[in-house]
Amino acid sequence: MTAPAAGQFCLRLLRRQLLLAVRRPVEIGNPLLFFAMVVALFPLGLGPAPGTLAGFASGVLWITALLSNLLTSDAVFRSDFEDGSLEQLLLAPQPLFLSVLAYIGAHWLTTGLLLALVSPVFALMLNLSTAALGALVASLLIGTALLSLIGGIGASLTVGLKRGGMLISLLILPLYMPVLIFGSAAVQAAVSGLPAGPYLAILGAMLCLAIALAPLAMAAGLRISIDA
Amino acid sequence: MPSSPTGAPLLAARSLCLERGGRQLFRNLSFDILAGQLWQIEGSNGAGKTSLMRILCGLSRYGYEGSVERHVPFLYLGHQSAVKALLTPRENLAFHVSGEGQYGNEQIESALAEVGLYGYEDVASHTLSAGQHRRVNLARLLLSDTSLWLLDEPFTAIDTAGVDALQALLASHVAAGGAVVMTSHQALEVACDVHVLNLGAGATV
Repeated sequence: MTAPAAGQFCLRLLRRQLLLAVRRPVEIGNPLLFFAMVVALFPLGLGPAPGTLAGFASGVLWITALLSNLLTSDAVFRSDFEDGSLEQLLLAPQPLFLSVLAYIGAHWLTTGLLLALVSPVFALMLNLSTAALGALVASLLIGTALLSLIGGIGASLTVGLKRGGMLISLLILPLYMPVLIFGSAAVQAAVSGLPAGPYLAILGAMLCLAIALAPLAMAAGLRISIDA
Repeated sequence: MPSSPTGAPLLAARSLCLERGGRQLFRNLSFDILAGQLWQIEGSNGAGKTSLMRILCGLSRYGYEGSVERHVPFLYLGHQSAVKALLTPRENLAFHVSGEGQYGNEQIESALAEVGLYGYEDVASHTLSAGQHRRVNLARLLLSDTSLWLLDEPFTAIDTAGVDALQALLASHVAAGGAVVMTSHQALEVACDVHVLNLGAGATV
């Protein structure tokens, strides 16, 4: 018997991660619940006037998406580190680059993708102009994938630490900034009737860059964390 | 069983030195693991057995001197069993992250039956005991056809019957031209020669 090819192994990891996520539905529900709670709190804090809310909506939605991603990114490699699976992954003959990409893909499918799909509901709660809904979903789809990749770098570096929660925020928040800026700008542009395309294109370019580079950083981070 | 030509080492360690916390655990450790050999690494607690295993398998990459040449694919079983509590034993083996092979359902069932987990194939692993987790992990030895096994304390949490079965498995693997490097405190009762590497204070070989 020979070892499975890299692509096949990647799909196997993806299935494994998705199965694990489905077995723990709380972890899929938590980011969505967080999103709903924060969005519900803003009208209480800012006042329920529809005009005021609409002005803040694009920023609020994007910041909330970013924070809920930040909350979950710590857990990407955590349980595998604790039960020794991560050691086995590092010793696998398949390239670690693709393996971590499968992990991040599963993370995005269970957090970012769902968040982007339900975001129109929350957008309506904040009275975001319906013309901007398309831009919101598109920017969140690209943006959350980018956030997952960046979060994975932080997770790989802090997985060996007992309490890496605060450190991971410090490490990856600066890298989240450009995503937040262009993501919310895309929605804002659509609100004011301008094309959101250029902003989405920049997000897409950043995503391409992150897909190419972040797995390298994650692989190196994991090797350091396991070695320590 | 794929094995390299007789005489060529499956794994070669060259003048390994390791220092931890100001203590020299071992120095100038050089050995060749050949096909058909069973190596047991002995030593008191803190003698550096696990550190040596992690160096041999390549998880430790810095902090030691010397070099390790790995010529064949190998299977490493560490202290932790790498069994996911949320997956069943069958899923654990089918989706295993070590990627040394792709196993069919019958293969997995017969391997699980052989390690004494018949009837537990589709039970969530968090309902199994620590020893049963170890047994799920040991089923990988039966499934895999890698010739070199690196086992860190394989007898932990295994009952006496299991230990006997595992020793028989190790002996048959070695007899079939494989090689085993393992750490253990207990004396092995196997039907083959055991090369003992004792990591005493500042061991040299």
